[in-house]
Amino acid sequence: MSGFAAIRSAFGSATALFPFLTAGLPTPADSVRLFEAMAEAGADGFEVGIPYSDPLMDGPVIMKGSEIALAAGTNRAVALDIVGEVAKRTGKPVLAMTYVNPVMQTGWTQYASDLAERGGAGIIVPDLPLQESSELAAACLAEGLGLVQFVSPTTTDARIGRVADANPAFIYGVTDMGVTGERTSISPHVASLSERVRAQTDVPLVLGVGISTPEQAATVKNLADGVIIGTVLVRKVLEAENAAAAAVALKSAVAEFKAALS
Amino acid sequence: MKTGRLERPDANGRFGDYGGSFAPETLMPALGELADEFERAWNDPDFKAEYERWLANFVGRPTPLFEARRLSESLGVRLLLKREDLAHTGAHKINNAIGQALLTRRMGKPRVIAETGAGQHGVATATAAAALGLECQVYMGTVDIERQALNVQRMELLGSEVIPVSFGAGTLKDAVSEAMRDWVRTVDTTHYIIGSAVGPHPFPWMVREFQRVIGEECLTQLGSELCDVAVACVGGGSNSIGLFYPLLETEIELVGIEAAGEGIGTGKHGASIIAGRPGVLHGTRTYLLQDDEGQVMEAHSISAGLDYPGVGPEHAYLFDSGMVAYEAVTDLEALEAVDLLSRTEGIIPALESAHALAWVSKNAARLAGETVLVCLSGRGDKDLQTIARSRAT
Ligand SMILES: Cc1ncc(COP(=O)(O)O)c(C=O)c1O
Repeated sequence: MSGFAAIRSAFGSATALFPFLTAGLPTPADSVRLFEAMAEAGADGFEVGIPYSDPLMDGPVIMKGSEIALAAGTNRAVALDIVGEVAKRTGKPVLAMTYVNPVMQTGWTQYASDLAERGGAGIIVPDLPLQESSELAAACLAEGLGLVQFVSPTTTDARIGRVADANPAFIYGVTDMGVTGERTSISPHVASLSERVRAQTDVPLVLGVGISTPEQAATVKNLADGVIIGTVLVRKVLEAENAAAAAVALKSAVAEFKAALS
Repeated sequence: MKTGRLERPDANGRFGDYGGSFAPETLMPALGELADEFERAWNDPDFKAEYERWLANFVGRPTPLFEARRLSESLGVRLLLKREDLAHTGAHKINNAIGQALLTRRMGKPRVIAETGAGQHGVATATAAAALGLECQVYMGTVDIERQALNVQRMELLGSEVIPVSFGAGTLKDAVSEAMRDWVRTVDTTHYIIGSAVGPHPFPWMVREFQRVIGEECLTQLGSELCDVAVACVGGGSNSIGLFYPLLETEIELVGIEAAGEGIGTGKHGASIIAGRPGVLHGTRTYLLQDDEGQVMEAHSISAGLDYPGVGPEHAYLFDSGMVAYEAVTDLEALEAVDLLSRTEGIIPALESAHALAWVSKNAARLAGETVLVCLSGRGDKDLQTIARSRAT
């Protein structure tokens, strides 16, 4: 099965849960077991963050995670190996979440083939908007990888149409204005965003940014095919005393989100 | 005349291979609206007239083109200084800040944010915001807050809030990132007055348009004789593009001066064009200081305004096409140029501007007998502490 198809098959009757965690946290050696713990708790697929020096779309928690992972030696090869290892051990579709500059420096086709070779299913690049993404889209297509495209509450209907026409593996719906981070309540924009996407396409819609509690996840579960949670998980790892404690905390957090979505 | 000057970037915001909008989706609609609104405003005679009135009556333009006779004599080069240091608030940054603040008011947004390195753009934005009744917050790295303390006080006195940015190196790059993060959240009510010719489209183009008055005035002031060489320092590249763009239509040799910091060989510098490779930073494709894996590296310069690992995309284009030459001078050379200008002409230049001047004194032999125009982008009051400290060590 291609990466693209594996991502699509993660969407079933219940709203799918895609946990995000930075690769190399708390250390490269302990990273994969954290994903395994989340798989045991019912994660349907993963976003693995490739640590980057200038994560523009990320708030302080994920920035901190990125900084720690980089300092612990999570370079490109180490991070992509973690993507592959997580895919192999969990059997779930794994998407690399990276910023555009490291992909550009590697080369669009080289990056796509490096990722596919290791068993990655797809790629998410938050600073690569639709109109700049044709080269990476072609490289992904050649490797069977799924590229994700974004929509946000400010995206026009016409642009949503163009995003849908690109047939991404899924559409990442940014629920709230702003960077990644926890929010005290769900953004009022979600319902209309979901409605506007659904009116135009059957491409799966996955909501992310600012979904921080199982209760919040429950309120959006009927508005989307999937939900991404990130900051809340990274924070648990940063707060944990060691990797074993982090695995326990992540497992129970993911189980709670999973229950809220089913 | 040099062929290939681009009046404006293409529909995707590209200057050749550079530029574009590598920004989060949340910002894309706002960037599109900004491009449209700027275009409308810039073609609106009323808007332009208002901008020009502010430049004349508030900023104090035109700024003089001053012949530095004593220094000319000692260097053997006829040296002309474009006195942006005499613009209100003490640097060229105000040309852009006033322009974008007027645009903000036209768009009906009540709040502006800015990043600042040397503090000059922060002061200019705080000034424009006060004058036009806009709320203003300025992001500034903690290292820069320390080395440009005077400007922090000025911004606060002008009614703006200075928000410290402590992650990363605590310098300009981090301040830009944090301002962008703010903007992703607040774009409905806020305009981001970016301080240099960097960032996603339409910023590099818009900032150039608001700064081209520098070069246009020079052409008028020079008259038919022109000059042989025109030199400006390049941080993000706004004073330099403002000077160069109108001069691209002439035979004048154009030279942009980057920060060589402690020396290009030491790796501690801000010379993105000379020592960097193309990549994406802050929403634009341009020359960038980065490692093999595309992680952005920290820049180093004694001057906070040149301490940036990227550069405006139009400079990347001008470099590749050979229309402008780029060179670099070190911290020490810039410090010497501060002394030189202060003592021979009674003008204390900003450390940034001193880089351009240092290149002239360094190359005086090759420039002998020529007329060289230097963009004196700002005054040096803000740098006194840094200069004193460098003496002590
Ligand atoms: C006086 C002065 N000159 C030059 C610069 C560098 O910026 P740019 O390259 O955009 O002109 C600064 C930036 O803070 C400055 O304050």
